[in-house]
Amino acid sequence: MTFTLNASVPSRGFDVTVDVAEGRTLALLGPNGAGKSTALGLAAGTLRPHDGEITLDGRALAGARAGRRTVWVAPHRRRVALLAQDPMLFPHLSVRDNVAFGPRSQGRSRREATAAADGWLAATDLTALAGRRPAALSGGQAQRVAIVRALAAAPRLLLLDEPMAALDVDVTPTLRQTLQHLLARQTTVIATHDVLDALLLADEIAVIDGGRVVERGPTAEVLSRPRSAFGASIAGFNLLSGTWTGHGVATASGAVVHGYATQADMPAGTAMTAVFRPAAVALHLTDPHGSPRNTFRATVRSVEPHGALVRVRTDQLAADVTPQAVAELALVPGRAVVATVKAAEVDVYPR
Amino acid sequence: MTAPATTRAARRRATRDPAEVAAGLPRWAFLPAAVGGLFVVLPLIALGTRVDLTGYWGLVTSESARAALVLSLRTAAVSTLLCLGLGVPMAIVLARGRFRGRNLLRAFVLVPLVLPPVVGGVALLATFGRRGLLGESMEVAGLQVAFSTTAVVIAQTFVALPFLVISLEGSLRSAGTRYDVVAASLGAGPTTVLRRVTLPLVRPGLLSGTVLAFARALGEFGATITFAGSLQGVTRTLPLEIYLQRETDPDAAVALSLLLVAIAVVVIAGTHHRATP
Amino acid sequence: MTAVLPRRARAAGAALVAASAAVVVTACSTGTTDGGTTLTVYAAASLTEAFEQIAADFETEHPDVDVRLGVAGSSTLAAQIQQGAPADVFASADTSTMDELVADGLVSTPQDIAANALEIVVPPGNPAGVSALADLAEPGLRLVVCAPEVPCGAATTAVVGHAGLTLHPVSEEQSVTDVLGKVTAGEADAGLVYVTDVARAGDQVEGVMFRESAAAVNTYPIATITGTPRPALADEFVDAVLSDDGRAVLADLGFAAP
Repeated sequence: MTFTLNASVPSRGFDVTVDVAEGRTLALLGPNGAGKSTALGLAAGTLRPHDGEITLDGRALAGARAGRRTVWVAPHRRRVALLAQDPMLFPHLSVRDNVAFGPRSQGRSRREATAAADGWLAATDLTALAGRRPAALSGGQAQRVAIVRALAAAPRLLLLDEPMAALDVDVTPTLRQTLQHLLARQTTVIATHDVLDALLLADEIAVIDGGRVVERGPTAEVLSRPRSAFGASIAGFNLLSGTWTGHGVATASGAVVHGYATQADMPAGTAMTAVFRPAAVALHLTDPHGSPRNTFRATVRSVEPHGALVRVRTDQLAADVTPQAVAELALVPGRAVVATVKAAEVDVYPR
Repeated sequence: MTAPATTRAARRRATRDPAEVAAGLPRWAFLPAAVGGLFVVLPLIALGTRVDLTGYWGLVTSESARAALVLSLRTAAVSTLLCLGLGVPMAIVLARGRFRGRNLLRAFVLVPLVLPPVVGGVALLATFGRRGLLGESMEVAGLQVAFSTTAVVIAQTFVALPFLVISLEGSLRSAGTRYDVVAASLGAGPTTVLRRVTLPLVRPGLLSGTVLAFARALGEFGATITFAGSLQGVTRTLPLEIYLQRETDPDAAVALSLLLVAIAVVVIAGTHHRATP
Repeated sequence: MTAVLPRRARAAGAALVAASAAVVVTACSTGTTDGGTTLTVYAAASLTEAFEQIAADFETEHPDVDVRLGVAGSSTLAAQIQQGAPADVFASADTSTMDELVADGLVSTPQDIAANALEIVVPPGNPAGVSALADLAEPGLRLVVCAPEVPCGAATTAVVGHAGLTLHPVSEEQSVTDVLGKVTAGEADAGLVYVTDVARAGDQVEGVMFRESAAAVNTYPIATITGTPRPALADEFVDAVLSDDGRAVLADLGFAAP
């Protein structure tokens, strides 16, 4: 494991063990106050553990036993870069100098650092902004520059703290795409309460609630079949993976799910995931007539209450239906049903 | 520029937007504000009316006036540098340090602000004077502070330092540490962070603190006359010269006062312009 | 702030007031208060203690009169009187200041009340061993004198010039009080102040008389202010100062007869 964190901070009710393998991305998913920021603070070196150890590449970054410090590496020697909710670009430096800040701080000459910065800006299509001051950037541009600045520091571990939270919804898809591309080989921990961030950026998810890891596993597994209460309350998405046909996602079972791609011009054959909420799924006993729909033939596996609704799990997907519908359709495990979902309810993301 | 309305640039432009309505400004505030402004400006104008313009140049270029002006500018400049060298670290320690007794320390640092300067001079005598706490051993080492230009610089630094510290500490506190955390995470050591991020971010506060310290040093009177004495070219700064001239030549005193006001205005206006681009 | 203080204000307080005295003249109460009469007397700072005693005696003799004493440097007080400060009596530490007011027609004919000469002042034990005026010219001696611009400095210049000496003071102070302060603090080895200042400082300093001081004897004149609403009472106060009792008070404090 490249990064391991096994630490407790009793004053914050925090006791968490997580690890990330080289080049992988772990999402810490949880509500506000769950302890995500504490985990990032421990890794970045803005907080001290009371007990436990934090390591990166086999090197201890911080360690403590019963409140007594055993190891402490200063934040600037950790090679752990932090990207916060706000871009936090240094307002007195140009975009280029912001990006060059990391290399320059690590002892490279002004010329080398500037060259490195220009390289990064060129690679991310930001060259046009190089001479601007941060005040002259849009929110989305600033956050992209902040990501590039963090990466230009060549961190062994990148920490992202709710990177989309402060942005307008219309710029988040572009930024997610940028991150997806840039984080491909970067060891990363991303703290988020947004399931989409986890879905699109993370290889694995650790669900944190009340300062504890309540669930841990590969992204698709945690999001589609959450075992924890919190996981179920925010996730429980229907995720159907396959390849893009140009109109929909062809799944392994042969079905094609029609939906709206969040990005235009995806070449056919691209790995994609169709995402829709269980509440968007309707169940029938026979093929319904009417508007074009995605139709799945499925067998009921379980029926359980889910708030005011009832969650019906099938071999294909999950649906949230009213108790009246359960009674009318006599939904019991083993019953064959036809599940439909409007294409308008389905979002399709590249994976 | 295609920045949306939420960017900082747009917000800054908005403050100069003629369409903007002034919020949080009750109309009655204009009257006391005008009275207050007049209260400050009127004495300066009155001072100006006392100046005999025909003899002005002669009065401010007399040998004693020139000596006092040069001494004042020199000592105030050195004091300001000393204030920067000592005050910047003090402000950082007070703003960022996590230690017991910090509030008490801050209170002590600010004491010269409320201390009558004459008392400050007495306190400095008790410290650096011949029979003072440090002065006695300094005397043995051959260092004589009293009646020297050094004493003027010490007196000025003593009274001016709190102005720099309080102004910079306030800026540091309101700037917060978030940029510093980000800079450290990019690999910058604490000194690099201070030099390249923290201080540039509080530049307006640092500049105004420096100007305040310089102005206070330039106007220093009580502590200097008590601690340093008064000798032309050595310890008699412009305020001491003005006070002395008042005995025999009130016209010269007024002329020199106006010169001091002019210097203060030039310095403050010059740096204020640069502090708010 | 005009230097109108309660009579018991100390000389140090007077110096502080002088330091902050500005051209601005605040109206201070003159005339009748609580059925009694207030007499405002402006006096040079060096006369503070003498006039406090004389005023107290005057009040005992005139139970319905309240004497208010304003003490500051002579030139400061003169400037305030020129600006219209409501004083009834003015006592200056030198004749030239008084003469200015006479020329302006602001005071009646002055009368001399006392004289004061310079004396060398040294810290207790006289560490530098000063015994004569010529010793003050010794190199390395830390001498503090009054600046030539103020009366005690003018007297110093006269005495030293008459003796044919050149002094190299480390500081030329604004007032006698400042000179005395530097000597009592031990910062200076010697200073030149008035005989009365040495007497007032008591054990804190020692005085060294020198014969050349006769070259510059300072005379203190007193006068009533022209146009005072209480000319008779003002005259009575002047007479009290000039009376035998008044002169005795001045003599006790080290003043010589005019």
